[in-house]
Amino acid sequence: MKLPVVLLILASLALTGCQTTGNTDRSPEPDPALYEQLGKRTGIADIVEDLLYLIVEDERINGHFAGIDVGQFHTNLTDQLCSLSGGPCTYTGRGMRESHADMNITDTEFNALAEDLILAMEQNNVPTAAQNRLIKRLVPMYPDIRNL
Amino acid sequence: MNTCASTLAAGCLALFAAAPAAADPGSRLWATGGVTSIEGSAGGGLSPWALLNGYASDEEWSGTITLSRAKTDDYSLDVTGAGITWQNRVELTFARQTLDLDSLVFPLSDAGLDEDELVQDIWGVKVRLYGDALYSRWGQWSAGIQYKQSREYTVPEFVGSRDDTGTDFYLGGSKLFFAAIAGRNLLVNGTLRATKANQGGLLGFGGDRNDSYEAMAEGSVSLFLTRKWLVGAEYRQKPDNLGFATEDDWWDLFVAWVPDRRVSVTAAWVDLGEVADIANLGDQTGAYLSLQASF
Repeated sequence: MKLPVVLLILASLALTGCQTTGNTDRSPEPDPALYEQLGKRTGIADIVEDLLYLIVEDERINGHFAGIDVGQFHTNLTDQLCSLSGGPCTYTGRGMRESHADMNITDTEFNALAEDLILAMEQNNVPTAAQNRLIKRLVPMYPDIRNL
Repeated sequence: MNTCASTLAAGCLALFAAAPAAADPGSRLWATGGVTSIEGSAGGGLSPWALLNGYASDEEWSGTITLSRAKTDDYSLDVTGAGITWQNRVELTFARQTLDLDSLVFPLSDAGLDEDELVQDIWGVKVRLYGDALYSRWGQWSAGIQYKQSREYTVPEFVGSRDDTGTDFYLGGSKLFFAAIAGRNLLVNGTLRATKANQGGLLGFGGDRNDSYEAMAEGSVSLFLTRKWLVGAEYRQKPDNLGFATEDDWWDLFVAWVPDRRVSVTAAWVDLGEVADIANLGDQTGAYLSLQASF
């Protein structure tokens, strides 16, 4: 086995180790930099607004959003992302498991929403690293949203 | 190399034309189908990953078609491949590999063999056993089988291969770590393969030195610079079953461009080590280019 390869594999193992410890932390530390990069609460509100437009157009998932109180949903999701990104907001909505319990969310639908969120962040010029950091903080909600 | 480029350009046009413009290629996030390996299975270039090809999520179908070419100092390998994935659960693939023996034609004809290429077909099935590479804490795990059949067996038999067909079995794990390095996402893959194949099967299966299954380790790391560009490295351990020449491990450095779900372009620098080196050719290094269309 050649040396560069050994180093690569070792590096990836080391990263894997660090990452696993990181992922067990379900209440992320405040990260003012991430909150700033998302444009603070105003920037996050813009992202959520664009996300809602994308959801309405997205036939894979718009059925789940029919009849919701759009204003309330916008406020709740903005507060949630604000709080999750380390900003000074308090999410007052229901827990993820409770609010998705009867929705039978599929992987297809989960992926569709993830895609729409990324596109909404791109539309608001959120840097790649900040997009990834926010998604990293959302990923632990996957089992709750999928009701697994 | 000019012929190579024009062939690929023509192939590229054919791929774009064949990919239905308006069709939905599936809902998994961009680049999460990997690319098509030289054996047809979704993976990197040299090794299968636990990811399934295309973008089918749990309620969808998807498919891919691929043209690839590797040009090393003394050989060229062409691969045409196609695959379908059902509900991100089962992947079925086919690939045909054609290796032009370029520099070995004269040594072979001295030995009384009039062969200028090696050809094999590879049928693959891969099943996702557990998890999702993006969302599951322990990543995604898949098991696969590659059934390989040599279509030009004169040379492999002459150099000591025991069988013109062979089956590889593998277990692969893939996991994407979000914001792992400078906020960039890192995809790590590891694969363990049981095989008797010589040079992936192009030189047949089993040999005078060893005719038993051996476990081989394969792995890769890829960094998503953005969601459209990824760079990485791959390694594939190889058996050494034939006495006539040593067989080395393979590795490569690659860059892939995935502008959207319908197309991907992968370029790599590959080091295949010594390959059937009966004429002092030395290590085979060179370029690899692969074009994939998804539908």
